[in-house]
Amino acid sequence: MSERLPPAYTEYHPRWLRPRMSTYWWLHRRSYLTFVLRELSSIFVAWFVVYILLLVRAVSRGEASYQQFLAWSRSPLVLLLNLVGLLFVVFHAVTWFNLAPQAMVVRVLGRRVPGRWITASNYLAWALVSALTARLLLGG
Amino acid sequence: MADRITLQVARYRPEEEAGVTYQEYEVPCPKDWVVLDGLNFVKDQLDGTLSYRWSCRMGICGSCGMTVNGEPKLTCATFLADYAPGPVRVEPLRNFPVIRDLVVEIGDFMRKLTRVKPWVIRAEEKPLSEGEYRQTPEEMDEYKQFSMCINCMLCYAACPIYGLDPKFIGPAAIALAQRYNLDTRDEGAPERLEILSEHEGIWGCTFVGDCSVVCPKNVDPAGAIQRYKLSAALESLKSFVMPRGSR
Amino acid sequence: MTPRHDVLLVGGGGAGLRAAIAVAETDPRLSIAVVSKVYPMRSHTVSAEGGAAGVIRDDDSLDEHAYDTISGGDWLCDQDAVEALVREAPQELLRLEHWGCPWSREPDGRIAVRPFGGMKQMRTWFAADKTGFHMLHTLFQTSLKYTSVVRYDEWFVTKLLVDDGRVHGVVAIELMSGKVEAIEARAVILCTGGCGRVFPFTTNANIKNGDGMALAYRAGAPLKDMEFVQYHPTGLPFTGILITEAARAEGGYLINKDGYRYLQDYNLGKPEPRPVLRSMELGPRDRLSQAFVKEVEKGRTIATPHGQVVHLDLRHLGAKVINAKIPFVRELCLKYQNLDPVRDLIPVRPVVHYMMGGVHTDMDGATPLAGLYAAGEAACVSINGANRLGSNSLPELLVFGARAGRAAATYAAGSAADRVGASPAVLAQVRDEQRQLANEFRHKTGGRERLATLREEMQKTMEESAGIYRSGDSLAWAADRLRELQARFADVRIEDQSRTFNTERVAALELSFMLDVAEGIVNSALRREESRGAHQRTDFPARDDQRFLAHSLVWRNADGSCRVDYLPVTITRWPPGERVYGR
Repeated sequence: MSERLPPAYTEYHPRWLRPRMSTYWWLHRRSYLTFVLRELSSIFVAWFVVYILLLVRAVSRGEASYQQFLAWSRSPLVLLLNLVGLLFVVFHAVTWFNLAPQAMVVRVLGRRVPGRWITASNYLAWALVSALTARLLLGG
Repeated sequence: MADRITLQVARYRPEEEAGVTYQEYEVPCPKDWVVLDGLNFVKDQLDGTLSYRWSCRMGICGSCGMTVNGEPKLTCATFLADYAPGPVRVEPLRNFPVIRDLVVEIGDFMRKLTRVKPWVIRAEEKPLSEGEYRQTPEEMDEYKQFSMCINCMLCYAACPIYGLDPKFIGPAAIALAQRYNLDTRDEGAPERLEILSEHEGIWGCTFVGDCSVVCPKNVDPAGAIQRYKLSAALESLKSFVMPRGSR
Repeated sequence: MTPRHDVLLVGGGGAGLRAAIAVAETDPRLSIAVVSKVYPMRSHTVSAEGGAAGVIRDDDSLDEHAYDTISGGDWLCDQDAVEALVREAPQELLRLEHWGCPWSREPDGRIAVRPFGGMKQMRTWFAADKTGFHMLHTLFQTSLKYTSVVRYDEWFVTKLLVDDGRVHGVVAIELMSGKVEAIEARAVILCTGGCGRVFPFTTNANIKNGDGMALAYRAGAPLKDMEFVQYHPTGLPFTGILITEAARAEGGYLINKDGYRYLQDYNLGKPEPRPVLRSMELGPRDRLSQAFVKEVEKGRTIATPHGQVVHLDLRHLGAKVINAKIPFVRELCLKYQNLDPVRDLIPVRPVVHYMMGGVHTDMDGATPLAGLYAAGEAACVSINGANRLGSNSLPELLVFGARAGRAAATYAAGSAADRVGASPAVLAQVRDEQRQLANEFRHKTGGRERLATLREEMQKTMEESAGIYRSGDSLAWAADRLRELQARFADVRIEDQSRTFNTERVAALELSFMLDVAEGIVNSALRREESRGAHQRTDFPARDDQRFLAHSLVWRNADGSCRVDYLPVTITRWPPGERVYGR
């Protein structure tokens, strides 16, 4: 908006306007919001690391400790946290897989591998590892 | 198909006002007119006091970058009809100080260009009598994309990091450095690494990625920066592990 | 304290930057100023597409390049200058390669060359189809290395300071602040490019207003061969955007509304499926543009909302060749015409592209005014004669930019003992200019003529009377109209009274330059009663070597009118002959 004040103009020294970035700059564009959420998702990645460490500790202390851990995990707060966390981690993985081709140029036999293949191979690897883990946990 | 459209143009007259005002102009909107044609119509027929930069009107000189409906665009390559029925908001390029109306001050960018040493650096020059440095088309493909930058600075306007911290060296400068680093004729990568691995160099970038999205020449500066981060990190590791080694 | 330098470049494009580097390398102690009204990477060199000619193949020779150039110029070229150009061009282009220019390569890594219009052998170096862009950016980025080069970005030169028969610097407006200042220099090199914007349909950018030509003209230096204006045969109809000759070099056909390759009717050879050098679509630009006008007269062109066009057919080249060799052409057609050259025909028409004429210089860029040099399109050495061959202009920038740089450096170093500060006469000129600029622009009120109206009328006059075909009557009429427009210009309305980045003031100054240059063009054309190259008189349709194997020189009289005289062409080894294409 205009401020109709007499400007502090010195002859031959025009004052350059330096608009300041709003604190809510990240809400102004979808790509900025996506970026900020992507960055925040690392917090949830960190949370899952901590969660798994807690799980490992619980298991190492025996059956009772493990059951206590499971009971704690079933509490509404932790369930909600893990659910939200899962969504963010999936978001994290998807955004990074899609960006991966921009960050690396992979060459096989002298020809550049198209970006789509790099993304696809990441998803494939994720699917395989998930399948394997599921089989280990739920199968035998 | 409307044949007129309204332009809402940001005005800043430092000798008269302390801030921005918006002025509306109604211009014709034939299907092959770009925003620049609209601005020229304003200047020629309606209001001679409007100041803006333009030159080639074919998207190669990089002069006419402005913010159109919130997006950084080359006004010579943005069609008015795409915004029908309008209005179309035309503002100066973001993240740069505004001198007047739609003209921004790009001195910061020009100094950064010089800082990254965008010329061929060699220990020994080959004499002309020995002919050209051989470079295969494949070797040229490595850096070709990064040599396409027209210095239009739309990437700087899109980069929130540059907006928050003007000391960040910025997408185009880093892409240009990479253009030389990856050129087989150049040997200056270590020199440039010293400059670019500063805090406001490549490490200032958090891969928002908007720079590559707005680039009108598909230079992909975001890609250049991430790849550079990888090679810079490897260089650091190498010099740590083998201090007197490969260098 | 006015800034003072040894050599001052007006214009920071290909010629200006090459000259600046040449000065810096010749004598690192000299202080160099590059004064440009735009940032250097915006200079119009950036839009050149096709390529730069330099002999490198074993089956090619300097003599052949020289002959192609001289015959292409309809024997109006100074042959000693052409010999210098063809000899130095390959070295300059190679030097640019060493500076990092990404010339396109053969698979084994050697520099690749492509065929081009009017050339008997393939000798055009190219960087995809953005040769000028890559050359300019390479030159600009390399120039950043030299700390003796000081840049004055967005300073608009309004006047040359001349006293005692020599140049002492310039007066310029710092656009950002509006300050009008003198910049003193021992030598000044004008590298401001051509004047395409004098015409309404042009490939040229908005900044091509003949600034340097008008500055020299007003300072008393003559302009040479101004009547020779090149129309490029293939520009897009509304915007005038250039579709490079390389499209034809790769095999494109020009066809009329019946799908017929009409050039075969104009003594340019027989149509072959693949391009034949110096034949058909690879003929010289003036002949192709003239053929278009004849086709219009025969009613065989296609009507569009933006006038008559013919079609450029690239469909038979295939997507692979188009994407590899002329990707920018495809980009431009998709963007500005909404059609794909791979599948569609491109509408094209001749548009003004290049100015063969310019500030009269010798082979080292020196004008008759001591201390004043010129290079590039702004200058006329002359190596292009009556018609320029495609891909000769980019080497011209490098060769003559370097030569002018070296000559100016020697002159500036040599005159170091001469001057101690600006004389009172020079200071008076500076004050006069400052006052005049203030009175005529910033403090001016009233004014009934719109700037755009005057400009459009000038352009319309030029297109109608001094276009591809001219006549004594049309030119005489144009000369009167231009005098009238000069008078009306005094009454121009300036709405922007501010100092800060006043682009209306710049536009008015540019129009005043263009009016002077336009008068030079029209008056030179009126006196040349023959047809040669790009200057075609319907009332004098033949070439007249008896009377006109000479360059026209035009000087400005005190009252603003023109005085035209002639300077014989330098012939060394190639006596005037017939221009033969297609045989």
